[in-house]
Amino acid sequence: MTPVLEVRDLRKSFGGIHAVDGASFEVCEGEILGIIGPNGSGKSTLFNCILGQLRPTAGEVRLDGRLVTGMRPCDLNRLGVSRTFQLLQVFPELSVRENLILAGQEHCGTMLSRLIGRRDAGLTPAADRMIEFFRLGHLADQKASGLSYGQQKLLDAAMAFMAGPRLVLLDEPAGGVNLTMLANLRDRLKAINVEQKSTFVVIEHNMEFVMALCQRIVVLAEGRIIAEGEPAAVRRDPKVIEAYLGH
Amino acid sequence: MRRWTTLLNIGTLTLCAVFLIVLPFFLRPYGVYILTLWAVMTVAAIGLNLTLGYAGQVSMAQAAFVGIGAYITALLTTHGWPFWSMYILAGIACFAIGWLLGYPALRVQHHYLAFVTLAFNTLLFLAFRNEEWLTGGNYGVSNIPRPPVLGWTTDPPRSFYFFCLANLGIVSVATWWLLRSPWGRAFVALRENPIRALSLGVDTRRYTLMAFALGAALGGISGVLYAPLVQFVDPVPFSLALSLNLLMMVVVGGSGYFFGPFLGAIVSVLLPEWLRFAEGYYLIGYALLVMVLIVFYPSGLMGLAERIIYRPQKTAAASATTAVPETAP
Repeated sequence: MTPVLEVRDLRKSFGGIHAVDGASFEVCEGEILGIIGPNGSGKSTLFNCILGQLRPTAGEVRLDGRLVTGMRPCDLNRLGVSRTFQLLQVFPELSVRENLILAGQEHCGTMLSRLIGRRDAGLTPAADRMIEFFRLGHLADQKASGLSYGQQKLLDAAMAFMAGPRLVLLDEPAGGVNLTMLANLRDRLKAINVEQKSTFVVIEHNMEFVMALCQRIVVLAEGRIIAEGEPAAVRRDPKVIEAYLGH
Repeated sequence: MRRWTTLLNIGTLTLCAVFLIVLPFFLRPYGVYILTLWAVMTVAAIGLNLTLGYAGQVSMAQAAFVGIGAYITALLTTHGWPFWSMYILAGIACFAIGWLLGYPALRVQHHYLAFVTLAFNTLLFLAFRNEEWLTGGNYGVSNIPRPPVLGWTTDPPRSFYFFCLANLGIVSVATWWLLRSPWGRAFVALRENPIRALSLGVDTRRYTLMAFALGAALGGISGVLYAPLVQFVDPVPFSLALSLNLLMMVVVGGSGYFFGPFLGAIVSVLLPEWLRFAEGYYLIGYALLVMVLIVFYPSGLMGLAERIIYRPQKTAAASATTAVPETAP
């Protein structure tokens, strides 16, 4: 079976700095893969290269066996790859429901049908289901700017799932979320992973969150993958401990 | 609550429409002319509001598109072309040129983009002035006919005013439709967070170009109406000054608000006339007024109106939010 995402020898340099220095890994269907590593180890750059936000210096990215290296983010998104960002990225002036409709609207119909067709592109029921799923029901008509940080984080995640993506890349979903909200978020992510049969790649600093959510973990340090395996095994790996504690 | 606001909105709109229809009967021809100019400039400002207010792309070239529309109309209708075809010709020409002008916006933003578009406006102004074989240079084009509409002549000022008002109405409805469609949502997303929009499948390149092209096309339509209004077209009105003026209309009215351009155009076109009694001081007073407004209400007159009308409801909504526990069970 071909893996959903396949990254081969990916490299990205900024001047003389090798932010990502030959990373290779695969993600299988339905899997939740965690990527951890100290600050500046190249996690976000790796994400940006996979997602077309940055053009990798070398290497290739395959989605279901198809070469997608350097494809524009919007085209990749329409192939079923979606993401969340490290810093919150919702649209503050749109309501919660509008945010979700926006996240799905470019996936249905054409430019013309989006102009003359229905105002919500027929997505209101889907958006409302997603709102219920992420338990934002009482906030559906509020502007996103009026939500608390944790609620915006949930909305941000919900937007990534709106178009029923095949592969979702989550960049620090737990960052800045309080403890109760965190359990809620993890629970929702696990549930949607089962329900939508989608595949996740998660960058996360919160070890407990990552260990509880992911089935497999890749450890990045200075742009290279130094360990890979099940959460418990990775946690004990001396190379990982050294990378985190410093030299 | 929502039904009540909808009713209030419809009521206000109807009142405004009735007022605009009745008003010219109480004005002298010059007053009607100014009112017509307001309608024409509002069309151009609606276009700029689309590009700048909704899609967030700075354009200082709106006057150039008004100019293109006006010159196309001036040159062709004086040579016997039918007026209605001007909508198509000027619309398409401005759409295409606006689309091309959008390309720099894919590379540069904000004040850099302002400079690019500003240069374009100046370029067009020089072309209008210097290409005498085509535009008549400083002598311009005169004797531009006003179009007959369904057999009725629009020569009298009041008839032409109603013609322009009808045009404004059609443009408003079309823009309203556009902004409520998924396109409008994509434009707002483009303004608020282009990177996130791109990652959600919004083709930001296409929407950016579209925002420029549609804004420019409305500028062109405004020009199509402007030419038969003044019946004489020369380069002067289409200099950078008009672009700045249109920019002011959008910002003072309330950038990104649907009715912003309507109010902004009142401030820019009608207010100077009302302040005429102050003679030499009117510009100073006018400038002060605009500055005070912008300093205290950066979201313009619409922002001010929203604060006055919706303040009680907003605080109620805010307290409702805090009352809701942060985490759902």
